[in-house]
Amino acid sequence: MLTLNVNGQPHQVDGDEATPLLYVLRGDLGLNAAKFGCGLGQCGACTVLLDDKPVLSCLTPIAVAKQRQITTLEGLGGHDGPGPVQRAFIAEQAAQCGFCIAGMIMRAEALLRRNSAPSEAEIRAHMTTNLCRCGTHMRILAAVRRAAQMVRSAATDAAHAQEARR
Amino acid sequence: MRLKRALLGLLVVVLLGAAAFFYLVRQPALPAGQPPPPASFDATLIARGAELAMLGNCNTCHTKDNGRVYAGGRPLMTPFGAIYATNITPDVDTGIGSWSEAAFVRAMSRGVRRDGQHLYPAFPYDHFTRVSTDDLRALYAFLITREPVQAQTPANALPFPWSWRALIAGWKALYFRPGEFKADPTLSAELNRGAYLVEGLAHCGACHTPRNRLGAQQNDRYLGGGEIDGWHAPALNSSSTAPVAWTREQLFTYLRQGYVAPHGVAAGPMQAVANNLSAVAEADVKAIAAYIAAIVGRGTAGQQPNAPTPGAPAPGDQDQKSAEGATIYAGACALCHEPTGQQFSARGIELTTSKLITMPDARNLAHVILEGIKPPLASPAALMPGFGDVLTDHQVAALMVYLRRSFSQQPAWPGLEDSVRQARHSATEP
Repeated sequence: MLTLNVNGQPHQVDGDEATPLLYVLRGDLGLNAAKFGCGLGQCGACTVLLDDKPVLSCLTPIAVAKQRQITTLEGLGGHDGPGPVQRAFIAEQAAQCGFCIAGMIMRAEALLRRNSAPSEAEIRAHMTTNLCRCGTHMRILAAVRRAAQMVRSAATDAAHAQEARR
Repeated sequence: MRLKRALLGLLVVVLLGAAAFFYLVRQPALPAGQPPPPASFDATLIARGAELAMLGNCNTCHTKDNGRVYAGGRPLMTPFGAIYATNITPDVDTGIGSWSEAAFVRAMSRGVRRDGQHLYPAFPYDHFTRVSTDDLRALYAFLITREPVQAQTPANALPFPWSWRALIAGWKALYFRPGEFKADPTLSAELNRGAYLVEGLAHCGACHTPRNRLGAQQNDRYLGGGEIDGWHAPALNSSSTAPVAWTREQLFTYLRQGYVAPHGVAAGPMQAVANNLSAVAEADVKAIAAYIAAIVGRGTAGQQPNAPTPGAPAPGDQDQKSAEGATIYAGACALCHEPTGQQFSARGIELTTSKLITMPDARNLAHVILEGIKPPLASPAALMPGFGDVLTDHQVAALMVYLRRSFSQQPAWPGLEDSVRQARHSATEP
C-alpha cells in the first residue's frame, strides 16, 4: 500500500510498486485524460507532471512517485472551469482526433510553469517529445503561444489586483 | 600539506617559466592579409578539404550550440578553466580571414597563432602536427572559402598563471613533439591510413587518452580512457572493459552510423563524431576501424559478455539500493531492454552487452539515464527517453547499483551519487 498525491488529493494505492503510473491513474483512479499511446516512452500521449516536470507516465513506476506531487490534465480544470492552457487549446481548435492533446497540454503546462515567456525556439524544442499523427502541429504551437500570453496577462492582472488592495 | 602543495605548484610554474624562456617564447608574427578569392582554389582541393574537416571534427568544437558552423564560441571545459574555440570562418576581424596559408599551416602543425602567440593545447595540435602539409593546404582551401561570419570569440576564463600564454612554450618544450606522420612500412596501406587519421586529424586520443596534471596526454596510456565534457571517453586499448570484444566490422558500423548491435549507440560527445564520419569516404572510416581494432584494440579480443549474476547479495546499504533499483528497472527499463524476442521500434540493447554498465566511470550511464539518447542521424537505433525528471539522484543511483550488479561482474562504483549529481549538473550547463 502506498500513497500517491494526485491533483492535490492523497490516494491509497495497492499493488506492485513497479506498476506504471499511467495504469494506476487510468485503471484505479479513473483519471482517463492521460492516454496509453505506445507504452514505450516514444509518443508522449501519457505525459503528466511530477513535481511540475513533464514525465512519461507509462514508464514511471509508482515507486518513484511516492511523496511527490502528480498533476494530470484533470488537475488543470474540468469541463466547467478549464485552465488557461486548456482554454488556449480550445480557442485555437488544436485537436483533430484529440488522442495526443492531453499529453500536449501537460507538456505545455510544464513549460509555462517554468517560463511564461518562451521563445518560439524554446516552445518547439520543448514540445518535440510529443507526437501528433493528425498533423495539427501548427495549431498546437499557436495554442502554446496563446497559453503563454494568457498566463502572462493573468499574472499581470493578479499583480494589479494585489496593488489595488494595498 | 597545503603549503607543500603550494610550493610544488610554484616550482612547476617556475620550471615552466624557465623552460619557456629557453624554448623561444615568441614566434614571429606572420603578415596579415585578405582571404584569397575562392576562384583561386581548385574545386577538388576545396572538396577534399571539406571531407578532411569532417574527419577532423572541426565543426564540433568550433560551433557553439545553435551557432553558425565554424564561427566558434563553444567553451571547452578544462581543469584549468574554460577555453573558447575560435571563429575559423574567413572573417577578417574576428575569424581567420587575415591568415595566409603559411599561418594556417603553422597553427596546425606548430600551435602558433598568426600573431606569433602560442595556442593552448586544448586545440589538439599535438595531433594535427602529424597531418601532411598537402592535407593542411586542402583544409585551408576549404575553410578560407566559407562564408565569413562576424563573431567575436569570448575571452578564455583562465586564472593566472594559466592565462599567461608564454607558459605554453614551456608546455611545448615538455610535451610537444612536432612532425608529420611516418608510415610504418611493415603495416598494410589501410592500417597506415588508419593510423595517420587516428593519430593525426581525427585526434581520437585527445579525448580517449588520459591527461596528466598539466593537461598533456599520458602517452604511455595511449587511448587508455580519458575525459570530455563531463563524460568518460572509454579506453580503446587493452584496458577496455567492453563486455563484448569489438570487431573491426562493428567499429566501422558504429563509427559510420553511430549505432551497432550489440554495443549500442554513440551517445554524448561521440555522437557528433559519428555524424561527421557518416559523411566522409567509407574507406577512411574502414581504415580507422581497422587500425583501432588491429593495432590498438587487440586486448579486448576474447572477452565474453558478462553473465547476469542473480542473487549473490552483498552487504547492507547496497542491497537496499539494489532492491529499490530493481523496482525502477522493472517499471521503467525492462519493457524495452528485456530480451523478450519481440521486435519493435523502441527495442533497446540487451544490457548484458552494455559498455556503459561495465565502465570504470559511472558518469556515462548516469548521463544516458538522465538525458536519454537521441539516435544519431544515420542510425536505425531507437530513441530512449531521458529520466532526469522522473528519477531523483538517489533513485538514479539505486537503479545504477542494480544494473551494475545484475548486468556486469564489475565491483560496485564508489561515490555513485556524486557521479549522478555531476552528470546532472554538467548536462544543464551551456
